[in-house]
Amino acid sequence: MHTSLEVRDITKSFPGVIANDHVNFDVREGEIHAILGENGAGKSTLMKVIYGLYKPDSGSIRLYDQELNFASPRQAIEAGIGMVHQHFMLIPALTVAENVVLGGEPGRIHYRRKENVEIVRQLAKQCHMDINPEAKVGDLTVGLQQRVEILKVFYRKAKLLILDEPTAMLTPQEVEELIQVMERLRSQGIPIIFISHKLDEVKRISDRVTVMRAGKTVNTVETKSTTPQELANLMVGREVVLQVSKPPQLPGEPILEVEDIVVSSGRNEKVKGVSFQVHRGEIFGLAGIDGNGQFELVEAITGLMPCKSGRIRFLGGDITSSSVRGRTKAGIAYIPQDRQLDGLVMDFELTENFILRDFFKAPFASIGQMKKKPIEDFATRLSEAFDVRPRRIHALARNLSGGNQQKVILAREVSRNPELLIAAQPTRGLDVGAIQFIHNKLLELRQGGKAVLLVSLELDEIMSLSDRIGVIHAGRLMAILPSGQVTREQLGLLMTGVNLEKEG
Amino acid sequence: MLWDALTRPDLWAATLAMATPIALPALGGTFSERSGVVNIAMEGIMLIGAFFGVLFSYYTHNAWLGLLGAILMGALISTLFAYVTVNLGADQVIVGMGVNIFAAGLTAFMLNEIFGYGGTPRETPALPNLTIPGISDIPFVGPILGSQNVVVYLMLMLVITSHYFLFHTNLGLRIRSVGENPQAADTAGLNVLRLRYLGVIIGGMLSSLGGVYLALGLLNSFEVNMSGGRGYIALAAMIFGKWTPFGSLGAALLFGFAMALSIVLQGGGVPSNIIQMLPYALTILALTGLVGRSTPPAADGIPYDPNK
Amino acid sequence: MQKTIEGLVTPFVAIVIAVLIGAVVMLMTGHNPLTAYGALFSGAFGSTVNLSNTMANAIPLILSGLGVAIAFKAGLFNIGAEGQYWIGSMAAVWIGYSVHGLPPILHISLSIIVAMLAAGLWAGIVPGLAKAFVGAHEVITTMMMSYIAIFLSHYMLENGPMMQTGFTPQSPVILPSATLGKIVERTQLSWGLAIAVVACIIVYWLLYKTTLGYRLRAVGLNSRAANYAGINVPFHLVLALFISGMLAGLAGAVQMLGVQHRLYDSFSSGYGFTAIVVALLANNNPFGVILASIFFAALSTGGQSMQLVSGVPAHLTAVISGIIIFLVATKDIVQIQKRWRKRQTLASGKEA
Repeated sequence: MHTSLEVRDITKSFPGVIANDHVNFDVREGEIHAILGENGAGKSTLMKVIYGLYKPDSGSIRLYDQELNFASPRQAIEAGIGMVHQHFMLIPALTVAENVVLGGEPGRIHYRRKENVEIVRQLAKQCHMDINPEAKVGDLTVGLQQRVEILKVFYRKAKLLILDEPTAMLTPQEVEELIQVMERLRSQGIPIIFISHKLDEVKRISDRVTVMRAGKTVNTVETKSTTPQELANLMVGREVVLQVSKPPQLPGEPILEVEDIVVSSGRNEKVKGVSFQVHRGEIFGLAGIDGNGQFELVEAITGLMPCKSGRIRFLGGDITSSSVRGRTKAGIAYIPQDRQLDGLVMDFELTENFILRDFFKAPFASIGQMKKKPIEDFATRLSEAFDVRPRRIHALARNLSGGNQQKVILAREVSRNPELLIAAQPTRGLDVGAIQFIHNKLLELRQGGKAVLLVSLELDEIMSLSDRIGVIHAGRLMAILPSGQVTREQLGLLMTGVNLEKEG
Repeated sequence: MLWDALTRPDLWAATLAMATPIALPALGGTFSERSGVVNIAMEGIMLIGAFFGVLFSYYTHNAWLGLLGAILMGALISTLFAYVTVNLGADQVIVGMGVNIFAAGLTAFMLNEIFGYGGTPRETPALPNLTIPGISDIPFVGPILGSQNVVVYLMLMLVITSHYFLFHTNLGLRIRSVGENPQAADTAGLNVLRLRYLGVIIGGMLSSLGGVYLALGLLNSFEVNMSGGRGYIALAAMIFGKWTPFGSLGAALLFGFAMALSIVLQGGGVPSNIIQMLPYALTILALTGLVGRSTPPAADGIPYDPNK
Repeated sequence: MQKTIEGLVTPFVAIVIAVLIGAVVMLMTGHNPLTAYGALFSGAFGSTVNLSNTMANAIPLILSGLGVAIAFKAGLFNIGAEGQYWIGSMAAVWIGYSVHGLPPILHISLSIIVAMLAAGLWAGIVPGLAKAFVGAHEVITTMMMSYIAIFLSHYMLENGPMMQTGFTPQSPVILPSATLGKIVERTQLSWGLAIAVVACIIVYWLLYKTTLGYRLRAVGLNSRAANYAGINVPFHLVLALFISGMLAGLAGAVQMLGVQHRLYDSFSSGYGFTAIVVALLANNNPFGVILASIFFAALSTGGQSMQLVSGVPAHLTAVISGIIIFLVATKDIVQIQKRWRKRQTLASGKEA
């Protein structure tokens, strides 16, 4: 069988991280080839290199024996690479036909409306897709919008199709339809690469699968002759983990009780009936691949997003409809996922950021007047305790490093002596020193009988810190297991949606 | 009294004439915003068009060359504006205000420096009024459509051309896409920056044409601050017209009607000032969605950072 | 203290560059920049009368500049300061001539309070609520309200309810009990200056020493984080526009009660737009607003003198203003560029 795409030794690095490390794989004609890996494995970077959005540091890519040297997506399109992004690049206000032909419109000046509609109609027929070329893209369902993306790719006469996490936003029915389209395309000899973290889909659709981990291609195997366990092994590996010594702890009574909550974002249900409890003196780790509902879950618990249904109880009281400030007052602290967006006001001084939660309360203010000295003392105290550098309390948050910014947030939240701390991706983008510091602080809270809900995309972090681990997949809680009794492979399987036969 | 006013053809003729210096910058704004750049500098660009129109007309003894020169200057300052906002990503509203204030001062300053206390020389050639045979003989419609300044007819043609350009050409489609979702346009291989420049410069040329009408069409002189806020009214017309050429014309006619009516009604009936408030109030209602939804192009006003 | 000095650098540089460009233009048109600027300076500050008139000119700029600045702090663009000025003027004049029998303290206070409330509502209700609930851009709404206010004033004065008997479209003179006295006789400088300075101190205190100011600034800098801090963002947007309008209305009131003493039928005061330049130049710092206002007032008063003495048209000052805005906007660009570059390295560092 002829090789359509050959990727050799592609290396791409950014300041501080090697995203692709001598990546090697190839795609045969008429095959569906899956790229499987966790978050941060390097899949997206690799696709962007192939598509011309990034220039690789070294290595080569050949498409049908032609060496590729892309400076821009336009050249990739012309060479025949068609990419369907995870977040659609469509224009809702324009019609299907207009979106498809944009950038490659026939004719010189006049826009040939009727002709273009016909062209798109024919194209859709060829791809065995049912779609109305004159519909406005904004009115279409997500599944249909994806078809428009695919049509775009074939309008430009793509010889190779790349799909980035194509089923992420589809309903089960739409997934079925997409699979049918992919199989028809394959039968026409068109090679398809699809990126995924969902083991069951990879198993079902692909002919071969390349597993990536930490920027490297680990192995390429025939899908038929491999098992989910093997794939999970390859995906998560057995690397040395940042071990934190955790003293044994007997958890107390439940502080947070989440019952059957459903959270919607737009037209999709992101959290589909999740129930769990977090106890005093425990770190509950929520593991999962990005986009499976964990962050919507967290926003629902903190009050930033409403629950469609279900109950949330905290310290015995029902907080399902409490305001953000109400929950803060009740004793919930939150380290948000995006510190620059939600956690800090970048152009405020550190003093002002430290009091972001309690600025209106004594001793920081009385009768609406802010009190300079107590605020400054507080800021100094926290900066010392949490080793925030530089030690200039009047510096703007913007001028601190990521690690120190995170420490400010942590200091603020922890100093309020909360009963429950929710930490979402608390060590994202931080150096080892900062990571250890934050881990230790979380353990201190645990020691002190507080509860911590840790949501992280880093499996190592979850495993070393948590007492119990819950795995979320597609908005549902797959299982809740004591951390001491579960292996990395098991977690990997659960994260990709595979049900384990035995309970932990 | 009102009915008498409404049946006077000169009311409607005045409506069309007063709508023109609003319709042209509104049309210009449409191009700019359709490509995704908020442009509140129309007021200033009109002044530039007006002044340089007079300047070139006087020195070349030819009003048409004056018109050309004005459009050129409009394009020039739009290019500067585009560079600062599209390439450098500066705040479009602030820079727009800067252009307005700068243009007001510059034109007044140059008027004084070049023409002195006498103002624009009386012999400056103006643009002609046209009388279209045939149409001008039709009763009632005749005086309205049959004898207006040439720029009025130009405006009407430009509205039709703009509509065709924006909605029936490939280039128009590309410009619109850049204003809706520049990232999608980028991945489709379009040059976002170049298309935005195009939108802003076309916009500037149209706005300065509006200024030319004031200086060389209605009169043959330039007065300090003669645009009189029409650039801002044009913004309102553009919004009210839902960012389309025909809509902008319609809204401009509404504003022109209000102005003409207030003159005609002076001295009786509904106070003219109240009438003149109406278009502005309607614009606010349009923005708040109470009189139909008025949604701008999705990426309007957001500088495009290709490295996102 | 260091931050204040840092904050002064940009406006200072902008002014210097603009002045230099102005000098170049003067040279190109055959004038002597030194005599011109000299005349400008002495026309603005050279005698007690000149200084007083400059300061008098600065008063409405300070107040409306404060209004625009406080809106900017909350992340809002109040272009309609002109209209709010008119509403304040109308209200103040009306109270000034129609309420009898009050001692000056009460009469003046009443005029001012009503003017501020009216202008505050003018900005807060329609533009404010529209922004808070529908997201309607306040640039357009405040501008539209501005025109409506101007037409309203025309309506009032042209054979309208506020016109005095006779043929001139102007209002009756306000009663002596509503008049603000002059600090320097035979000039335009009234005790409105004290009001302006007090307003400045109050705004500074409000923004930086109260929880309300903290909330407004948080909303302006990062509304998401503000929401997360439990701050009611829509409410504070409306409140910011309301306060902004109040200050512009106060500008109108002070001008009426201290200088004009009646309402004239004119199209624009010019203060509304200059207020925007003032706020930008002052980087929205209340005390910077005082300095910037004096600067522009000096340009205006001195400009006349400059024209008389050196023949350089006073309009050059508007050119200089425009250049200043451009330069100030450019300074922002440099900061934005730095931020984008920083964000790129951060973002790409986390790519998968």
